[in-house]
Formats: sequence, structure tokens, C-alpha cells
Amino acid sequence: MSTSGFTPSAGVPHMDIDPFSIEFFEDPHPAHEVLREAGPVVWFDKWNVYGVARHAEVHAVLNDPLTFCSSRGVGLSDFAKEKAWRPQSIILEADPPEHARTRAVLSRVLSPTVMKQLRGSFVAAAESRVEALLAKGSFDAIADLAEAYPLSVFPDALGLKPEGRENLLPYASLVFNSFGPPNKLRQDAIERSAPHQAYVADQCQRENLAPGGFGACIHARADAGDITAAEAPLLVRSLLSAGLDTTVNGIGAAVYCLARFPDQWARLRSDPTLARNAFEEAVRFESPVQTFFRTTTRDVEISGSRIGEGEKILMFLAAANRDPRRWDRPDEYDVTRKTSGHVGYGSGIHMCVGQLVARLEGEAVLSALAKRVSAIEITGPATRRFNNTLRGLESLPVSIKAA
Amino acid sequence: MPTIIFNRPDNRSERIDASVGASVMQVATTHGVDEIVAECGGNAMCATCHVYVDEGWIARLAPMSEEEDELLHGVAAERLPNSRLSCQIKITPELDGLIVRLPDRQI
Ligand code: HEM
Ligand code: FES
Repeated sequence: MSTSGFTPSAGVPHMDIDPFSIEFFEDPHPAHEVLREAGPVVWFDKWNVYGVARHAEVHAVLNDPLTFCSSRGVGLSDFAKEKAWRPQSIILEADPPEHARTRAVLSRVLSPTVMKQLRGSFVAAAESRVEALLAKGSFDAIADLAEAYPLSVFPDALGLKPEGRENLLPYASLVFNSFGPPNKLRQDAIERSAPHQAYVADQCQRENLAPGGFGACIHARADAGDITAAEAPLLVRSLLSAGLDTTVNGIGAAVYCLARFPDQWARLRSDPTLARNAFEEAVRFESPVQTFFRTTTRDVEISGSRIGEGEKILMFLAAANRDPRRWDRPDEYDVTRKTSGHVGYGSGIHMCVGQLVARLEGEAVLSALAKRVSAIEITGPATRRFNNTLRGLESLPVSIKAA
Repeated sequence: MPTIIFNRPDNRSERIDASVGASVMQVATTHGVDEIVAECGGNAMCATCHVYVDEGWIARLAPMSEEEDELLHGVAAERLPNSRLSCQIKITPELDGLIVRLPDRQI
């Protein structure tokens, strides 16, 4: 945790914005603009941390993991000063050279080759989900699609047992809230976490993972000697933490975009092969994962601002993804945009290891919608779900018509 | 400036002046060569920047890493002995005239 009384180095603009407040989460974009325009590096008085919100600086910090480390936590809490709330992640919260070893295991388990094998079943599940929703006509695009679809494919791909899956989304929401400051969102989540943590600890064990799934494949890497038997459950835990709520919010974001921007929906319908890019653009535009922290390992200068050792830096992925210095018409959702270079999945050595799973799910859902649905109409108020790291909706009432 | 030649699936050919230090993927994506998708932005994770390097050039490139070899198993178009990931080919002055053929699909 930050120690009060810290001050930033001279010249760094002070921000009195709280980037973890409900007001901020309700509409982050104007505040993101203020942060970007204030300077390449800013300082948050409320939490005594630095922030970067422009694409160039976010990208630079992400790509220098020796200076901007993850092993002291990618949330506000500094593991050098405070005990982590759960045993530290051996991939997300690890630095080179140790990170390379665990990373190689997950890269292999979630490789393009594995995606080729999963594609058929992921596409079929999306198509039957869309058929069922067409039969219903009106539904909640969050519960009945953005949550229901990943829940119908991802836990099975991992090899989870059927019992206890109701713990998955609460556990993930806990993990992503925990990266924030000790506010009410974080406190409440940790207070209620015991049963979800118990479920996850149990579900990471080898005997509870079905053969052939991602989980069993991770344990098999322990037999091969790539990781120890004690490390395997922790890598399974990474997939349970990061693999579900992220795609829920990604798919939710994409459907929300397509329902709000009829010209883009028409574009996608006229060419359903744009589905994958339409999903990718939604990840840029909405940035389901809004922020992560790094900690400096030495005195360093970023774009002229000097930052001491042991300082937390908050990276605004979402603000970088709409930085006008990097993007044309940053506030427009454009299904044909060249999205390569967005930082919605991060960048560099920690760049999302599950990005191929996310894109496969997103593409499958949007492609099924584009082929079978003629119109998506929002029929009630879209309400927001608040989380210290994730951005998404609680509910999005819609009705759809068959093509 | 080294020139890189991209041969498209429809046989059209594109000659692009490249900056030393950039990757072949970056040269392609910043010059409208749409056959290179590069979903992961050059982080060697997506295998959507696949190219076939001209036979005469393949031996002159730095050898591929184990990770690249692994990823190439997952490319969408057929993997051939001269398949490489363009984000892993760094432009050097010696690569002036490099010829790569683009596959018909990346996903
Ligand atoms: C749209 C969906 C997703 C988004 C927006 C997303 C976003 C991110 C981001 C921004 C990072 C970088 C963290 C950092 O730099 O500190 C990351 C890392 C990670 N993601 Fe994802 N993710 C998504 C889906 C997934 C899925 C489906 C999985 C698992 C199958 C997954 C597993 C992971 C893991 C294990 C890491 C840590 C990688 C490392 O530290 O090397 N994510 N993700
Ligand atoms: S750009 Fe993703 S592997 Fe080359």
C-alpha cells in the first residue's frame, strides 16, 4: 500500500481524480482525456502513485519488464511492503527470467495449434446459443449471451467438474477487484471470498481436472519437468482467474457496440468474415481490462519525468487505446479498423497468453449473430457493473430478429 | 533503405522501402499489406503474420527460435519449409531485396 506523505518529482502534474471511484467508472472517457492531456506522466494525490495514459508511454512501460516489474504485484498493493492476499501468481506476478518458464507452459497449452482443434466445438456452441436466443426473442445480452456462452465452452475446455462452477465469476471478480486500492469494492470482495477461494484451490488439483483439458495439459507439463508439481495448480489458477470474466466483458462490449452502432452492425452483416476484427475493435474501444500497475526497480526517466525506485505506476490501457496520438477517430467503433497495436491485451512478455481463446470465442459469437440475426435492439436501460479493473455491464436488455 | 518485395497471393507484387531495425511485419502493416494481420502486434503469440520466404533468401535470415517453430505449427495456411513469422524477421542492411510470398489466409 502507498505511504501517505509521498510526493512526486517536480514537474509531474497532480491529479485529484480517483481512478477507482464509482463516478470515474460511470464514464471514464472524459477523465482519461484529462489524464492524457495533463502530461506523459501524472501523479494521483489520492493513492500516491504515478500514472501513464498515453499510448507511447503505456507501451514503453509494458515493454520494459526489468525496470517496471510485475513481481511486486500488478495491483496497487506493493508485495515488497505488504503480504499478497493470496499466494502470488507465478506468471502474471513474475519477472524475467523466471517468468519465461511458466509462460512457455501456458503458451503451449493455449497455442494456435490447440485453437484449431477447439474451433469446431466453440463455433457450434455459439450457433446453438444464438438459435436459442432467436427463439426467445427478448433476453439479457449479458446473462444470456456474454456470460452464458463462455460458461458453456471455457470450463469444459479447461476440464472443470460440473459442480461448483457458480464460483467462477465471483472468484474472477474478486481477483480483478483486488488489483485496486483498499476501497469498498476490494474490501467487500475479499471479505466474501473464502468459499470461492476454497473452490478454486480444490479445482486446480490434478484429480479434479478432466483428461485432455487445459488443466490436465498443464499438469502433464509437470511430468515433463517443465514446471514442478507444486507449480501446476498455480498455473491452472491463472486460467480460472483470467480466462472467464475477461471474455464475458469482451463479448458484452462487442454486443453493446453492435447494438449501439447500427451502421457497424450493417457492415458486419454484409461481411461476416469481419467478426473477428469486430471483436478485436470492441476490445480496443471498451478495453474490458482497464488498468494494471507496475513497480519501478530503479530510478528511471519516462518522457522527461524522473521516477524513483519502488514507485507504483498505473497504466491506463483503456486511455492508450483511445489516444488520438496513436489512433484516427479514436472514439469511433469501426469494425474495419486496423487494430494491431492496441494494448487491450497488454504488450510485451506479459501480453495476454489467452488472447487466442478470447478471439476464438468473440469471433464465434459475432459470426453466429451476423449470419442469423437481422437486427439487435436495446429495449431497456443498460446498467453498469463496477469493478476496480474490469469494465462491463451488469445488464443489457435486447430483442433480436431472425435474418 | 533496404527494399522488401512482397508477392501477393494474386501475384501482384509490392516493393517497399523499409527502415533498418523494423520487422518485416511492421513494414507490411504500415504500408497497407493487408495479408499480414499481426493480431498480437509482433509479440510472437498469434501466428497471423505468416510469410513464405523466397528460397534464395531463407538461409540468409537469422535462425528461428523454438517458440517461432512451435507457433508455425498453428498457421492457417499450409506450413512449408520456408515458412516464417514476419514479426520475427528484423530488417538489416543485408536484407536489401528480400522477397517474401504472402499466404492466402492468416486465420
Ligand atoms: C477479452 C478477453 C481478455 C482480455 C481483455 C485480457 C487482458 C489481459 C491483459 C491486459 C493482460 C496483461 C497483464 C499484464 O501485463 O500485467 C493479460 C494477461 C493474461 N491473461 Fe488475459 N485477457 C483476456 C482473456 C484471457 C483468457 C481467455 C485467458 C485464459 C485462457 C487469459 C489469461 C491470461 C493470463 C494467464 C495472463 C498473464 C500472462 C503473463 O503474465 O504472462 N486472458 N490478459
Ligand atoms: S504478429 Fe503475432 S506472431 Fe507475429
